[in-house]
Amino acid sequence: MVVQGTRGRLADSFAAARKEGRSVLVGYLPAGYPTVDGAIAAMRAMVEAGVDVVEVGLPYSDPTMDGPVIQDAADAALRGGVSTADVLRTVEAVADTGAPTLVMTYWNPVERHGVERFAADLAAAGGAGVITPDLPPEEAGPWLDAAGAHGLDPVFLVAPSSTDERIRLVTSITGGFVYAASLMGVTGARQSVGAAAEGLVERVRAVTDLPVAVGLGVRDGGQAATVAAFADGVIVGSALVAALLEAERAGTGREAGLAAIRVLAADLAAGVRAAPAPAAATS
Amino acid sequence: MSARSAGSTGTVVPPALAATPGAGDWASVPTELGHFGRFGGRFVPEALMAALDELTAAYAEAIADPAFVAELDGLLASYAGRPTPVTEARRLTEHIGGARLLLKREDLAHTGSHKINNVLGQCLLTKRMGKTRVIAETGAGQHGVATATACALLGLECVVYMGEEDTRRQALNVARMRLLGAEVVPVASGSRTLKDAINEALRDWVATVERTHYCIGSVMGPHPFPMLVRDFQRIIGVEAREQVLALTGKLPDAVVACVGGGSNAMGIFHRFIPDTSVALIGCEAGGDGLATGRHAAAIAGGSSGVLHGMRSYFLQDDDGQTKVSHSISAGLDYPGIGPEHAWLHDTGRATYRVVDDTAAMDALALVARTEGILVAIESAHAFAGAFEVARELGPEATILVNCSGRGDKDVDTAARWFDLLDAPADGEAG
Repeated sequence: MVVQGTRGRLADSFAAARKEGRSVLVGYLPAGYPTVDGAIAAMRAMVEAGVDVVEVGLPYSDPTMDGPVIQDAADAALRGGVSTADVLRTVEAVADTGAPTLVMTYWNPVERHGVERFAADLAAAGGAGVITPDLPPEEAGPWLDAAGAHGLDPVFLVAPSSTDERIRLVTSITGGFVYAASLMGVTGARQSVGAAAEGLVERVRAVTDLPVAVGLGVRDGGQAATVAAFADGVIVGSALVAALLEAERAGTGREAGLAAIRVLAADLAAGVRAAPAPAAATS
Repeated sequence: MSARSAGSTGTVVPPALAATPGAGDWASVPTELGHFGRFGGRFVPEALMAALDELTAAYAEAIADPAFVAELDGLLASYAGRPTPVTEARRLTEHIGGARLLLKREDLAHTGSHKINNVLGQCLLTKRMGKTRVIAETGAGQHGVATATACALLGLECVVYMGEEDTRRQALNVARMRLLGAEVVPVASGSRTLKDAINEALRDWVATVERTHYCIGSVMGPHPFPMLVRDFQRIIGVEAREQVLALTGKLPDAVVACVGGGSNAMGIFHRFIPDTSVALIGCEAGGDGLATGRHAAAIAGGSSGVLHGMRSYFLQDDDGQTKVSHSISAGLDYPGIGPEHAWLHDTGRATYRVVDDTAAMDALALVARTEGILVAIESAHAFAGAFEVARELGPEATILVNCSGRGDKDVDTAARWFDLLDAPADGEAG
């Protein structure tokens, strides 16, 4: 008897948001920062404040796709001794809120844990899927088998530089939603979301009915509203992580960090509700 | 014998890029997706896939274009100083009391190491792709210096990422790069060494890929880099094979090279791969010793994993977090190895042994005193390994050692190691 993950929960979230005429808000925080329990509290706080879907980041020694904010938090988490087992425990605690919970991870920790074992453990923890930004479709065979067997959605990314052919390839194996990188670059809050994002979402919609969520660069409710006007989901990471980092650095205590997370998450949640639902999403 | 005459087919394809005759299965790697057996591949964000496809296509076109080939061949001869000689190390051979030692003198190539072979190829390719900016990572600084050099020659903007720790260990090379017009960016994240410089270069590349080429310095990274760098470096073995044949009338019994990422080793190994009588031996950096855990021996002390866009052997913990490597040699201080080496190891066609800091430094001193050649600490690892092999094989055998770089950059490190300075050195600044 194979324990099944909560695949399908992502689709439910996107369908429910669509009915409400809004986009889904996806929030990212790394496990283990400032501590394992502190991160769990922050993730639960952002769900209470309106985040629909949680990405639990697996801190990694060589985060080549992350900007300084997520690097700093991941470094601190690793110095604090966070392990893959801690990440799974975090997923369990967050999935308990009812929010679909994904792991966002570089590929090596999964491979090292054992691809099949990682899928089984994540499913047992109540995880909904995994985002694997450095696992291209060409190398994803074993992972797709394991994710399929354990009821997990495998989420893959497209980028502004993706050809239409590659978008077709990526979307053909993706489950849950398509992660569209808004710009060419690493993670980090920016003044404006890349202009390429809207065009990319259109190109993805041309080949799939899967929901499309846009990430990279979103930092506040205003930007969330802008993105929500054309995307099914808005993904926010660095801005949330920065809120925790700033509170830690200011030494204002864990409660201040949680408060900052709640304020930002509420602002973002209002943002995804401010825009009219993306027209192309209703099919 | 000149390397330029090594291509005996009469075509314009130069020895650097010509297919290996009779290579059989060995020539079939990598596959179209960049696999060497179970190693290699492309583990990068989707944002970089288009650039890697573009590079793969541009490279295939370039090596089929006689004009590109002629230009590279011309630069290798008139600018880089190829072919580099093979030197018979008589006094060293006598001292070791084993096999006859022949040295392939990449230390005599322009900029002082084999790195120039690869960067000339990649920078010409950069211009061909219409890109104007080149980024590179560097550990010891040799690849950074070579890249800065090629960029100066070809009029390209150059940015070199270097771990902060390495900028201190190799301050002279930082100054050299800046003199050559490159911007050197010290990297303060992670372990502040080569692996973190690669991380930072990858972050730059994903944001600037439209106008930037990432000139990777070793046979590593996502496909097509391990293949492309190997092809640009294989001139070393192509020349050396001819030179050894001319000198001794037979193939060497063993070819020995140091291995960090492994470009000088792949460069000298590749032409010999079909010659199955020739033992191919790579020397990994053993740091304080394999047993201490403070080393950079990815094959001897690592396990299969994925890092920097490739599947290969890496130093990592049970959770797949990269372990920090240790070596007195900044150029070998990397927790991984190129995927083709991983494959050669798995197939048994090459073997890898470990040389620790002490053995390497002893070799450096011995080569200096017996041959008047001050080799790079990286290359000294190859010599120390070759001494072991020489004693194992005995006086009838011939060993070709890749002297991959010169040691001028390492004088400060060696002076401290051997306590050669009269006045107390500024030990805190090292």
